[in-house]
Amino acid sequence: MKGILKIAYKLLVNDKGKFAALLMGITFAVFLMIMMTSLFAGILHRSSATVLNVGAKIWVMDPAVNTAVNSIPMPDYVLDAVRSINGVNYAVPLYSGGALVKLRSGVYQSVTVLGLDDSSLFGRPELIEGKIDDIYAENAFVVVKDAEFPKLENPRIGTEFEINDHRGVIVGIARVTTSGLFGVPTLYTTYNRAITYIPSSRFTDAFILVDPKSNDAVPYIKQQVANLGYLALTKDEFIEKTSTFYKYKTGLGTNVLIMTVISFIVGLSISGQTFYTFILENLEKFGALKAIGAKGKELIFMILFQATFTALTGYGLGIGFASLLITIAKLRLPDYAALITYGNLGMALVMVVIIAGISSYIGVRKVLKIEPFDIFRG
Amino acid sequence: MAGLAVKAHELIKWFGEGEAKTYAVRGVSFEADFGEMFYIEGPSGSGKTTLLSLISGILRPNSGSVLVDDKDIWSMTSDQLADFRLNKVGFVFQDFHLFPRLTTAENVAIPLILKRRDWNESMNSAMEYLEIVGIKDRANLPPVKLSGGEQQRVAIARAIASSPDILIFDEPTASLDGDTGRRIVEFVKHNVLNEMRCIIIVTHDSRIFEYADRIMKMEDGRILGIEKGGPHEE
Repeated sequence: MKGILKIAYKLLVNDKGKFAALLMGITFAVFLMIMMTSLFAGILHRSSATVLNVGAKIWVMDPAVNTAVNSIPMPDYVLDAVRSINGVNYAVPLYSGGALVKLRSGVYQSVTVLGLDDSSLFGRPELIEGKIDDIYAENAFVVVKDAEFPKLENPRIGTEFEINDHRGVIVGIARVTTSGLFGVPTLYTTYNRAITYIPSSRFTDAFILVDPKSNDAVPYIKQQVANLGYLALTKDEFIEKTSTFYKYKTGLGTNVLIMTVISFIVGLSISGQTFYTFILENLEKFGALKAIGAKGKELIFMILFQATFTALTGYGLGIGFASLLITIAKLRLPDYAALITYGNLGMALVMVVIIAGISSYIGVRKVLKIEPFDIFRG
Repeated sequence: MAGLAVKAHELIKWFGEGEAKTYAVRGVSFEADFGEMFYIEGPSGSGKTTLLSLISGILRPNSGSVLVDDKDIWSMTSDQLADFRLNKVGFVFQDFHLFPRLTTAENVAIPLILKRRDWNESMNSAMEYLEIVGIKDRANLPPVKLSGGEQQRVAIARAIASSPDILIFDEPTASLDGDTGRRIVEFVKHNVLNEMRCIIIVTHDSRIFEYADRIMKMEDGRILGIEKGGPHEE
């Protein structure tokens, strides 16, 4: 069978024009699919930035909350009630809110402020400059060095700014695993300073971060929180809830799905049409092979091999081009939110296999129908 | 002659049904022997190409039998028929049907590759057959770079590569000029035909009749007669 595959390979790649057109079709389709889905994956990943960066095991919130950036503050008693649930190791409040800071240049810049529990600083980021204890100093803030960092005019330790007519001082520069989605820099401070400096509503606990004594305690904690009329989600569940919100309630998922389907159709059209033409042009030759003594299954094998080889080569090229473009884009645009995941790659592979399957099915049908007698008849 | 190569018995083939039913072959019986060049001759539409397909295991007759090695080939399954064509029959098509994207040697090696022979071994054998037909020096060229006569030789090399007992030529001179056609058939007669092989040629080119051992004349799907071939007597 190796020799037959070699013949199939040579028939395919020696027809340079057709082979290039086939590759271009599949490469283009994979490129578009990967670009669209990785952009979506990047957006989803960034939409859960706060959840990932803070790293609490359980998040307690108002049931109407969809994402970490749109919190609904809860009354203070909820924190006490949660702390009293059996199985809770500790529970701390987290303030999350938006504010405007006035930079030294006089420019106003929106920021996200996360207020960490004063006593534990639970959810604090890893500092690359400064000491975390300095967060207790007067007017102290820690700034996150991510893609949005330059919007604060690249502050250093000691850089001052105004926040709601209060003086703010950078005491530390931190790094986090994931940048936020909305292009807004992030400042960390203590919970009490946050609710003092930033105009707040009557309630101030955006989230309650819970550390359970064990994983077995999680279902009980969730049940008890539900009895209070609130929602407790594990980290993964909160990420999933955020993803679901963006996928199904914002139109973003639908648009990306439509674009992905269009990419698939474009790829299928180009590849299917070109492969069909390739088969048609070689139909007489396949008939001659049949007359010489090639069996139907050998011809099917040849066509499947040609389709699979083209599909996988195009798949590799498509991923290569997409990766290259995303890398270049990230170098030029730090905010570019694209993330190639195994899920994206798997989805594109399935799509490509379907393209190859449909293309080869058309070819196989045609080749199996050709009668060697037609070759004699001319 | 070295024995019976093909025996066709009462072959009937029609196409279409009802009012559109057309008989292409009507009760044809004949025998062809090893070591002979057997011609099937007749005007267009006389059924000679259909008959060629019936005896080579390509087109199933509506009735009748074709015996090769005392076995009716039409009692075989489609896979067995494919094996029969691969091992027992060599085809030289009117338009050659060479693969333009393969080299000449690769074209010749196709039957050997279909027989699951190793690639290198097949290519070495192909070179030997190209030497037999006198175009070994063209082995690495694609067929499109060869002349019509050379392409015909490639097709012959491919047909004999699987060492078939029966060699089928469909209008071998139709795509060639007169001289080249004659030279090719003369070459086949002297270099390809042997006591272990039967060559059946469908043609209406009377210029090559002199190379035939026997000529079967057909018209309207029937045999008009079988004559002895050989050089014309002036």
